[in-house]
Amino acid sequence: MSNDTADIQVTKTKARMARERKRAMVAYSFIAPNFLGFAIFTLGPIILAFVMAFTEWDGSNPMKFVGIKNFTELFKNDRFTASLENTLKYSLFTVPLTLVCALALAILLNQKIKGRTFFRTVTFFPYVASLVAVAAVWNMLFTPGKGGLMNQLLMNVFHVAPLKWAASPNTVMLTIILFSIWKNMGYYMVIYLAGLQGISEDLYEAASLDGANSWQKFLYVTLPQLKPTTFFVSVMLTISCFKIYDIVYMLAGGSNGVVNKSAIVLVFYIYEEAFRNWKLGSASAAALILFAIVLVITLIQFRGEKNYAND
Amino acid sequence: MSSKTVNRRISKTVIYILLFVLSVIMLVPFVWMVTASLKLNKDIFIIPYTWFGFEPRWQNYIDIWTKIPLAKYAANTVKLTIIVTILQILTSSFAAYAFAKLNFRGRNILFLAYIATIAVPWQVYMVPQFIFMRKLGLADTHLAIIILQAFSAFGVFLMRQFYEGIPDSLCEAARIDGMSEYRIYAKIMLPLSKPALSTLVIFTFVNTWNDFLGPLIYLTTDSKKTLQIGIKMFISQYSAEYGLIMAASVLSLIPVLVVFMALQKYFVAGITTGAVKG
Repeated sequence: MSNDTADIQVTKTKARMARERKRAMVAYSFIAPNFLGFAIFTLGPIILAFVMAFTEWDGSNPMKFVGIKNFTELFKNDRFTASLENTLKYSLFTVPLTLVCALALAILLNQKIKGRTFFRTVTFFPYVASLVAVAAVWNMLFTPGKGGLMNQLLMNVFHVAPLKWAASPNTVMLTIILFSIWKNMGYYMVIYLAGLQGISEDLYEAASLDGANSWQKFLYVTLPQLKPTTFFVSVMLTISCFKIYDIVYMLAGGSNGVVNKSAIVLVFYIYEEAFRNWKLGSASAAALILFAIVLVITLIQFRGEKNYAND
Repeated sequence: MSSKTVNRRISKTVIYILLFVLSVIMLVPFVWMVTASLKLNKDIFIIPYTWFGFEPRWQNYIDIWTKIPLAKYAANTVKLTIIVTILQILTSSFAAYAFAKLNFRGRNILFLAYIATIAVPWQVYMVPQFIFMRKLGLADTHLAIIILQAFSAFGVFLMRQFYEGIPDSLCEAARIDGMSEYRIYAKIMLPLSKPALSTLVIFTFVNTWNDFLGPLIYLTTDSKKTLQIGIKMFISQYSAEYGLIMAASVLSLIPVLVVFMALQKYFVAGITTGAVKG
């Protein structure tokens, strides 16, 4: 190779590199505004959370590294174990019940009926309605006294004794679960509706030819075809159940915002430990436990999705 | 009549009965809210409850504005919601364009960082985030709430998914015509992504408007509080002012109802993005 061509080669590469660099700069300029905000205020704190979980810190005095002490202390703390237990109990009931309601609603509102859009809107609206407002009504409808609409219904229609609802440790979780199903089922119904509309008509026709009745069609066509949707919904639901906080605050929080042991949940414990007791290390340790649970659920979802993709 | 038409009649009847029950369950709380907001406190728990035909007491809707600084709370919430929504739309669609249509080093790793944090609930890092903001002197400021909401990974993800569906050839053609990337973004991509933008607008609007935990942690000065916190405080202080509580609740629902009705079809489309693969 002569010197000349080598020179041309070099300038060419240089020009290409310069062009590529310029292109990359343009790309970075697109990402920068969002990424800077995201890195500083989301990514940074996430890393800090992992550090803080192994320290003792009140936010102003120097941080003290304590190893895994925060975690061992947590499991000795009965307020924490109660919060973990309540969160599990809440999820255990809310996930399947919401799922079944959402599926039933989706099937009902997928029929050719008059006013379908109206009914869908009505079912969905509680999901976007502000929690403070709907929880306020709920608290009045489910008031422990006999004047509340729910207790009226119990006494006059079902002839059962009135309940104390959120005011009693025995029924407070029940009240929270009922409310949460009512508020959120419309959201998952929409996801199921999309799933239902993705099922090919041919399958139902083939089932009809084979002499299947409606119930058999549901059992052997609808349910299996909805499997990926059901999977997605159950994972989303479970994660959102573990993040529950505000519903408990609204329905079971006293006037000073304190929740007693019968209704405390994981996020509430984190909030209380951090912003009332200023035990940031212990709060972060509890937060990491929450993260571990959500991570496991997410990983299950990824595996599940892969399985369906292979089908 | 054949047995088939009888069957069909029966199932139609069952469907309409179910629809009626559903509407009762979903609507009664809202109807109760509106009727109770027009009553005196002493009349609300009278048995049986009167659903109509009573003298409406509009005074509740006048009193609530003086009982708590509702106008101030509303102004704060409107301000925060508008700023957050605009920032979210701009920065997310901007970043998503690079992730979907530009090739550069580190693209996959950066995008992975976004995806990974979608799986981390905010509740996991809300404590260190607050400590950090406090160090920056941002505790008890609206700026903190804006920062909190405006740079979500979700927005970037949603917009990128949409841009991926727009053919690359469109951008290539524009590049050959000598258009800069910024102009391609502004003149081609943005106008094409109206459905995704509407979805993001509704999600951000509803989230910011209804957010409770964020303002609860950050805002301590009364005059800076948002509607949700303000109404909750009012409920805790005057738990027996049923009529006023319901009036405030109705007022706080109206903007959400309006936005929801206006952009409803996009909302449904947005929920199903990611849920069902096309």
